[in-house]
Amino acid sequence: MTKRYALGIFEDEDVLLHAVENVRAAGVKIHDVFSPYPVHGIDDALGIERSRLPIAAFFFGMTGLAFALWMQIYMLGFDWPMNIGGKPHIALPAFIPVAFELTVFFTCHGMALTFFTITGLYPRPKVPVMDVRATDDKFVMAIELDETSSQFSRLTQLLRDNGASEVNQKEMTTK
Amino acid sequence: MQHVSAVREPLVTGGKTLHDVTQDICYQVEAKPNIRWMAALSVALFFLGVFFYSVYRTVWYGIGEWGLNKTVNWAWDITNFVWWVGIGHAGTLISAVLLLFRQKWRSSINRAAEAMTIFAVICAAMFPVLHMGRPWLAFWVFPLQNTYGSLWANFNSPLLWDVFAISTYFTVSLVFWYIGLIPDFATIRDRAKGTIAKFSYSMLSFGWKGSAKAWSRYETVSLILAGVSTPLVLSVHTIVSMDFATSIVPGWHTTIFPPYFVAGAIFSGFAMVLTLMLITRVVFRLEDYITLEHIALMNKIMMVTGSIVGVAYITEFFIAWYSQVEFEQYAFINRATGPYWWAYAAMMTCNVITPQLVWIRRVRYSIPLTFVLSIIVNIGMWFERFVIIVTSLHRDYLPSSWAMFSPSIIDIGLYLGTLGLFFTLFLLFAKFFPVINMAEVKTILKYTVDNGPTYNPKKAAHAAPAPQPAIHGAPASAPVNYNKHD
Repeated sequence: MTKRYALGIFEDEDVLLHAVENVRAAGVKIHDVFSPYPVHGIDDALGIERSRLPIAAFFFGMTGLAFALWMQIYMLGFDWPMNIGGKPHIALPAFIPVAFELTVFFTCHGMALTFFTITGLYPRPKVPVMDVRATDDKFVMAIELDETSSQFSRLTQLLRDNGASEVNQKEMTTK
Repeated sequence: MQHVSAVREPLVTGGKTLHDVTQDICYQVEAKPNIRWMAALSVALFFLGVFFYSVYRTVWYGIGEWGLNKTVNWAWDITNFVWWVGIGHAGTLISAVLLLFRQKWRSSINRAAEAMTIFAVICAAMFPVLHMGRPWLAFWVFPLQNTYGSLWANFNSPLLWDVFAISTYFTVSLVFWYIGLIPDFATIRDRAKGTIAKFSYSMLSFGWKGSAKAWSRYETVSLILAGVSTPLVLSVHTIVSMDFATSIVPGWHTTIFPPYFVAGAIFSGFAMVLTLMLITRVVFRLEDYITLEHIALMNKIMMVTGSIVGVAYITEFFIAWYSQVEFEQYAFINRATGPYWWAYAAMMTCNVITPQLVWIRRVRYSIPLTFVLSIIVNIGMWFERFVIIVTSLHRDYLPSSWAMFSPSIIDIGLYLGTLGLFFTLFLLFAKFFPVINMAEVKTILKYTVDNGPTYNPKKAAHAAPAPQPAIHGAPASAPVNYNKHD
């Protein structure tokens, strides 16, 4: 399916931030904003909800901790208890280091996999981008266009009024 | 919004624009390899060859190829292991701890420092694996069921804790580093001209487009990874120190070891970061990003951790005397005045006295002096591990078994070989990966840039930032430049 977008190109993050607020206030739905670095405050301006990743991180960590404790207690306490100088089989203080390491291991890798999955990041040979300068020095605001021909010129005016240095049209093919 | 202090030095000099940052950092990746890089790589590859030869001798003929004997059964291998792991710690400190403390100056050095961490841990891991004698059975350290039944690993052993600590540390550092690299790979991808470059960097960039939601999640993930890496980095060297501290060998059996080892690790790591950065900034013309201010700040951290290490040395001595344990006292007297007095003297001079020179402002801001200092600290920290390991072992409870250690040519070859391995990896990284985190430097640019003269005359033409288009309704968008060079 091919979709058309109006791309407002901005030179500065603060100009972009205000433009995002004004464009949304004008009742235009912003498809996405692409920037070379994280623009602080854009989440609120775009109405992006706070990420729930920290909650996921907590559960990954707890999974790691539970797994590590179960593994050590089961292996040394029940499956193959070894008598080492008459010391207790389930020696919890000695299990702390591995429990800690596995907590971190699960948190980190669980987080990374979740991040890649929900953001749709995976190795691919071709990456269609709106504007190649968005990873260099430009801030790109993409607005999806419908079929009306007058919409683009109206958007051009709106974006220009809010500090866009140029406004382009781009067709993107999405699956 | 960041707070800009009028007395702060700018973090990036030369009046860079966003595009300049992209140009400067990508230049190295896109340009043909220069002759200095090729020369350096050939030297590194030669030592990599030495490494492979030493590994071949060690694996084919066994550990007998090393200089170990019945009394000193841990020497250069574990010294090198601890040394390399310690070096790695600075990278995580810069990428995680300084991120949590919002030290923005870390932006220019974190990428290379994290790369250093990963390569140092790879070098470190070689030693315990080779010391196993049968490295092809290295997977036995993991709790796997074996062919005789379910005899698992012993989770009470610090050496096993080490396995978990080092493998967690390595994989976590790798993932943290890679997530940081993704936006920069996307930048290179979008500039790439050649088919191979376009394809490779597309694959490496994981389809990153820089959308607002992705950035928001990226920042959350970075913060959480930094949060878990901070205790992780402290735990890794703590566990390394427990390899020694949980034994009953005089000179090893001390409770001070964990903090003392962690401080020493950060100390030697910062020395290595300084060594690498001082070379990188000159070879790749990155003086505007890694400024004298950065060097001075790293010097300060080196001085603080070096002083902690110095206090630890003195405390150890005091406690040995205060404990009234004859063997403990002998271990320390023997360290300082026994046959290995020279190693002890080298350690004390390099680690306790040298970093104190950093109190002098001129030393802190001097490139040649810092370079020499960083090398001296690296040597000193190697001797520290050698002193702890060999002097504690070579005279044990039974005087008839006292012995001396002398390294074999294979010991030396393995050590130099891992240096070759490290520098091969680092040089390849420096050529094909962006050595500075572009995205992160761009975030600080607006608040710290100064408009001083650029070092590069060809840049002077477009050094001034493009004028902002007139906006109505928006507040004054031009950043106020607070810096004393104006």
